[in-house]
Amino acid sequence: MTTTLETPGASTTLPSAGQPGGTPAAGAAAGAAAARSAGASGVRHLVSITDLDRDGMLGIFHLADAFKEVAERPIPRVPALRGKTVATLFFEASTRTRLSFEAAAKRLSADVMSFSASSSSLEKGESLRDTVETIDAMGVDAMIVRHKSSGVPSQVRAWTKASVVNGGDGQHEHPTQALLDCYTIREALLDRTPAGETPPEDLRGMRIAIVGDVRHSRVARSDVLAMTALGAEVVLVGPRTLLPPSLDGWPVKATPDFDGVLDSLDVVYLLRIQRERAQAALLPSMEEYHERFGLTRERAARLDERVLVMHPGPMNRGVEIAPEAADLPSSLITRQVKNGVLIRMAVLFHLLGAGGPLPAGAFGGTESGGGADA
Amino acid sequence: MPDRSSPEGSGHGPELLVRGGTVVDEQGERRSDVLIRGAEITAVGPDLQPSGPDTVVLEAGGCVVAPGLVDLHTHLREPGGEIAETVQTGTRAAALGGYTAVVAMPNTEPAIDNPSIVRDVLALGRSALAEVAVAAAITVGRAGKTLSPMGEIAALGVHLFTDDGRGVQDAALMRRALEYASDLGIVLAQHCEDAALSAGGHMHEGAWSSRLGLPGQPAVAEEAMVARDLALVRETGTPMHFLHLSTAGSVELIRKAKADGLPVTAEVTPHHLVLTDASVADYDTAFKVNPPLRTDVDVQALRQGLVDGTIDAVATDHAPHATVDKEEPFDSAPFGMTGLETSLALLHTVCNGLPFGECPPSKWPGGTWPLVELLAALSWRPARIARLDRAAGGRQGGPIEVGAPANLMVFDPAATWIVDARTMASRSRNTPFAGMQLTGRVRHTVHEGEAVVVDQHAQR
Repeated sequence: MTTTLETPGASTTLPSAGQPGGTPAAGAAAGAAAARSAGASGVRHLVSITDLDRDGMLGIFHLADAFKEVAERPIPRVPALRGKTVATLFFEASTRTRLSFEAAAKRLSADVMSFSASSSSLEKGESLRDTVETIDAMGVDAMIVRHKSSGVPSQVRAWTKASVVNGGDGQHEHPTQALLDCYTIREALLDRTPAGETPPEDLRGMRIAIVGDVRHSRVARSDVLAMTALGAEVVLVGPRTLLPPSLDGWPVKATPDFDGVLDSLDVVYLLRIQRERAQAALLPSMEEYHERFGLTRERAARLDERVLVMHPGPMNRGVEIAPEAADLPSSLITRQVKNGVLIRMAVLFHLLGAGGPLPAGAFGGTESGGGADA
Repeated sequence: MPDRSSPEGSGHGPELLVRGGTVVDEQGERRSDVLIRGAEITAVGPDLQPSGPDTVVLEAGGCVVAPGLVDLHTHLREPGGEIAETVQTGTRAAALGGYTAVVAMPNTEPAIDNPSIVRDVLALGRSALAEVAVAAAITVGRAGKTLSPMGEIAALGVHLFTDDGRGVQDAALMRRALEYASDLGIVLAQHCEDAALSAGGHMHEGAWSSRLGLPGQPAVAEEAMVARDLALVRETGTPMHFLHLSTAGSVELIRKAKADGLPVTAEVTPHHLVLTDASVADYDTAFKVNPPLRTDVDVQALRQGLVDGTIDAVATDHAPHATVDKEEPFDSAPFGMTGLETSLALLHTVCNGLPFGECPPSKWPGGTWPLVELLAALSWRPARIARLDRAAGGRQGGPIEVGAPANLMVFDPAATWIVDARTMASRSRNTPFAGMQLTGRVRHTVHEGEAVVVDQHAQR
């Protein structure tokens, strides 16, 4: 299959982006995606990973490369977004992702406002729209939205003038996670490119297995789109109960046979499995899951040492991954976390900064030392 | 005996002359004026003259004069849901859409499951802008546990019984309900949805739900209950009506059942004939409805079923919800969309292959469908299913002839308009068709001899 995830089915009528009334409009999904990334108002969003095409993702990676140097300074801060305000709207608790976004915003010298559901007016009966419009009225340039319900960032986009960044919505998407995953794979490829050879620009030729609960995973949805757009070949591994009900339009293969694909892989991406899946009769037991779909000691031993092992965290050691396997030398799991901040800096700069390619020497100065203040 | 007299307050208005139109009803099509006095049609024929200076003339040049539409499936929300709709606002919306009768669904708060609430709702209906018939619950509180007093309620003239909003899950209870209903002359209507199979689903389960990360309701959740109930009808012989069919598989099951001679009827909504699950792509909760919008294959099968008579009627499932409730995450927003004010114009647009919104013309089976067929599905066939037709002692569904009750509407097939949610008569704004251009509009509606809509404006 070569179609994109955006166009399941034969004849689709996508409501055009940015129209709160949802007026259906004929249009290719690609057109809708393009419209989404920069709406009629010119405001950029990152609601779905499809808001970026291949070149857009590579642009984010180049920005992240530039920020890597900033991160190593004694004062890891540049004035790129001075005067901008970034609000984190976390309707679902997530300390790690929130800290990552806030660290990214602060390193760019943006002001950060923090909203969390537990301290919010939502509990007083305010509607989602009212909450968003209240925060919008305070004057923010970007809203980073995380919610347990799929689609909330898409809805928020219609209710604010700010750029909307999806910080993870329900079982839909988690685009910054996909960007940092792909960036991390690309970084590992760069590291092992022999001196004198040209490093690969994207993930072309990589064979990646995403293993486990794809059905309920926003990480998997974004990763499939990002990895395949960057040229990788993706195979989903799991029982049918944990794969999406329909893979129509997904540019992937699927198999229940982990062992059958194990020897052909470059990357094993393990998804977190939640214990309640067994209660919902999607699985007989966690033990059986580990046997059939976990990266057991035996499977880990079979892997070539060049195979990369990834996990979005937090890990259930003993379920999707054997305790020993997470400490394999090729495991990128801690590097994924480090790169998270760089990627989120790049995304915020891409959305709120001047846009376009990074000017040479843009980050030559520190916060007090001037430099290109976008 | 049921109270079949005309509503209070009727019969005292001025004489009406519907002039210059083409009458279309079950008897065919003819160029005729229609004269109305009191609640009755007093003359039908060419070039009728007003009998005096007080006669109100309803101009119908270039228009179709047809029996008023009858909606088998309306949520008027009263009692209990007045924030979203009332009998008054809902029937005003109905009148603007050309309806002269609606069947109010029983999923109110409290549910319409006993004689006193039936009487209350019928009483509210007597001063409404359209006839209000009532469908009562099959089970007490629509809880699916014990039978409602169907005999007592039937004695008040109620003909349709349903737990709509959910299906009766317990097959043994449904079997008993059909057996008990068999000597009451009533019809049980089912919202076919196996709750275990659909649990947690917010849209159709398929390619789009998989892409959007929304749990889906599989087609089999509907089809399993359609199949179960057809088996029960086969056993008990009690007639059943199938509400808002939405899948190709359901259409096929009903087609076979009718070929076998089972006493069943079925309806489809305008939105299931026009929209697909692709509409959910931006998580606009205006497109969240139950049963969910399905695939293009289902849309085509539903259209074919309507054209070949497998499906008897179009019913709106007009389900108003307050804006504050709809502006929530997709998985917490309520199911439902309004439909009374757009149904005829929408279907007239679609089944003539006319453009609407920015969509290309949709293909209707056979290219186009005659207006008289559409009117049959919206007026006289549903009137018969609800026993509101004249043969059953009712006052709806035509034909337009001398001595008939004056329940009719005038439709301008050439008028184009853009659906504006803000100016609709329904108390709620949750139409999925906002911003679309439709071709054809109800110009006048006459309810029991009263011109309740004149030149597209409700008169009260």
